[in-house]
Amino acid sequence: MRIEIVQLYPAEMNIYGDHGNAQVLRARAELYGIEVVTRSYEVGCDASMLEGADLLLGGGGQDAGQAGVADDLGRVAACLRERAEAGVPMLMVCGMYQLFGRWFKTVEGAELGGIGVFDATTTGGTSRLIGNAVVDTDWGRLVGYENHSGLTSLGAGQAGFGRVVQGAGNNGRDGVEGARAGNVIGTYLHGPLLPKNPRLADALLRVAVARGSSGRSNVQLTSLDDDAPVLAPRDDAAAGVLARWDDLAARAGAAAAARPR
Amino acid sequence: MGRMRATLVSLVGRGVASATRLRGGHGSALPGLVVERLDPHFLRDLLGRLPLGCAVISGTNGKTTTTRLVTQLLEAAGLSVFTNPSGSNFTRGVVSAALPQLRRGRLDADIAVLELDEAHAVHFVHQIAPRYALLLNVLRDQLDRFGEIDNTARLLGQVAAGASGAVVLNADDPRIARFATGVRPGVDVSWFGIGEGLRGQFPTDEGLYAPDRQTGASPDAPERITLSALDGAEATYRIGDREYPARLSLYGPHNALNGAAALALTRAILGPRFDPAAQVEALSHVTAAFGRGEVFRLGGRDLRLTLVKNPSGFRLALAGADPSAPTLIAVNDEIADGRDVSWLWDVDFAPLAGCPSVATTGVRGYDMALRCEYDGIPVASTEPDPLVALDRFLAAAPTGPVQVFSTYTAMLVLRARLKQLADGGAR
Repeated sequence: MRIEIVQLYPAEMNIYGDHGNAQVLRARAELYGIEVVTRSYEVGCDASMLEGADLLLGGGGQDAGQAGVADDLGRVAACLRERAEAGVPMLMVCGMYQLFGRWFKTVEGAELGGIGVFDATTTGGTSRLIGNAVVDTDWGRLVGYENHSGLTSLGAGQAGFGRVVQGAGNNGRDGVEGARAGNVIGTYLHGPLLPKNPRLADALLRVAVARGSSGRSNVQLTSLDDDAPVLAPRDDAAAGVLARWDDLAARAGAAAAARPR
Repeated sequence: MGRMRATLVSLVGRGVASATRLRGGHGSALPGLVVERLDPHFLRDLLGRLPLGCAVISGTNGKTTTTRLVTQLLEAAGLSVFTNPSGSNFTRGVVSAALPQLRRGRLDADIAVLELDEAHAVHFVHQIAPRYALLLNVLRDQLDRFGEIDNTARLLGQVAAGASGAVVLNADDPRIARFATGVRPGVDVSWFGIGEGLRGQFPTDEGLYAPDRQTGASPDAPERITLSALDGAEATYRIGDREYPARLSLYGPHNALNGAAALALTRAILGPRFDPAAQVEALSHVTAAFGRGEVFRLGGRDLRLTLVKNPSGFRLALAGADPSAPTLIAVNDEIADGRDVSWLWDVDFAPLAGCPSVATTGVRGYDMALRCEYDGIPVASTEPDPLVALDRFLAAAPTGPVQVFSTYTAMLVLRARLKQLADGGAR
């Protein structure tokens, strides 16, 4: 079994250690006996790289980097929307979450077009929403760190990623964090998100593997009890390492959740 | 009249400082606060009267060590220097530091060399236009505090624009190098940087993922002082068209580069009186600042304590790490450490792969352990209390050199304990 993970714009959109998400997926996949190829899609790359991806990741960046990325993203928007429709799992954090919405209006008034995978709009704010955050999702209670000035609002029919237990979430008002469209997740949670939240990491891997082994058909990323194949550690040693990582993740998550904003 | 007022204000400030110490405080910011209330221009007038004015040093990494270096280099050249102690990065801290050194309301010094925290630098330069400014770098540090790197760069850009005499910039940091075009008319711009052959030892934040984007004056430019070679403690500085070798007492490539920065600022201040050979010689004798690669002798072996606070600093510290020493890593997340510990994922911990043991501690000790394990570095133990962890760490490795990497607030706790434990105090 082999899957391809593509990181979107890691040169511009990686500011909060988000590439840790790719590292965690790669390391866990290896222990599940899955071969992983990781590729970086940068501004100007060929869209064919996106067509071959089994899993897509995106991170946060500086406002300055986001404008250049938004232009390039527009060029491959149709391809990404088609991949999202086809059920390719994606995790888009912070700046890339914003650009997966319909538009992002900066505090200076400039408008960046998004690719509209989510029915979400973002308006730049004058203060930052910063701090440890706890969110209840279909994959349990997740712990992360948010740091954004953009305020995101979801359209009436747009599902969120989770409910805020602690922190600000999309806008500090409606208690919703992130967005979800099929197997595509958008969120403000970094930290990075996946190291301390291995259930979500494994859910993304399960769907990537299920799509891969079924000729890349449409497999929805549902909830904890979904019908995607259960990942099995390749041997006892791998099972031991995973158990150790998950124990450390639980302890690190508990420590983070108990800290001040 | 002004003299009398300054004398009176300083006397009141000193009284507050004594009272604070009597009450068990450190006498740090409060006297400065009282003095600022009584006389808002106290510091401006005080520093304005210095013959060579004021030099400020700012940037994400290396402020404390570079301030120490510049101070000692200028002293070696015969100047009397007023400087602010580590941690007092604020105007009030500077005022408090100045109070005990006043004579009749005047500071008995030729020049003030001040470490300025990025967040306070703008407030400071609006109060007091410094004659000299040295800007070291803009890296990812405490984004939860400053927001974004570009925002931090804007703050430092105002420092460069505020200097009245000379500005020294990092030629290899594009966010710093571009300040060259924003200085006041007539202000001299000079540079420091690394030689081409050293790029691999100095990964930048951008360089981690993107091709190098280096700018500024070229390594051979006469207005630039270049760290041209580095092998362990053996550094070579190119000044003008000559190479000057030095065996540094400081630890790590980042401090060797801080040496180039300090030489460049010292040259800007001394002008024709700058003697390259004598200054490089003086540089070689400067020892580590507070917790910046400081060595403690414990029961006949050495413990090196290194502050880490952001990815590039941690990467450089690991590049200089002892691959055969048991290692303790302490990560706290107080405001001074940065609440957000996600930056640990931008550090590659592979250089610790050969260490006989790695233990973690601090409020975020489990985050650190998780990070190490995903890099294939097994973590022997995690004890959140740094003092308990230190005792266990030393007991588990009773002989041979050991190393400790720590974020700021955990470093303060560990350092206080290490000073108690050290054979003859820190050296």
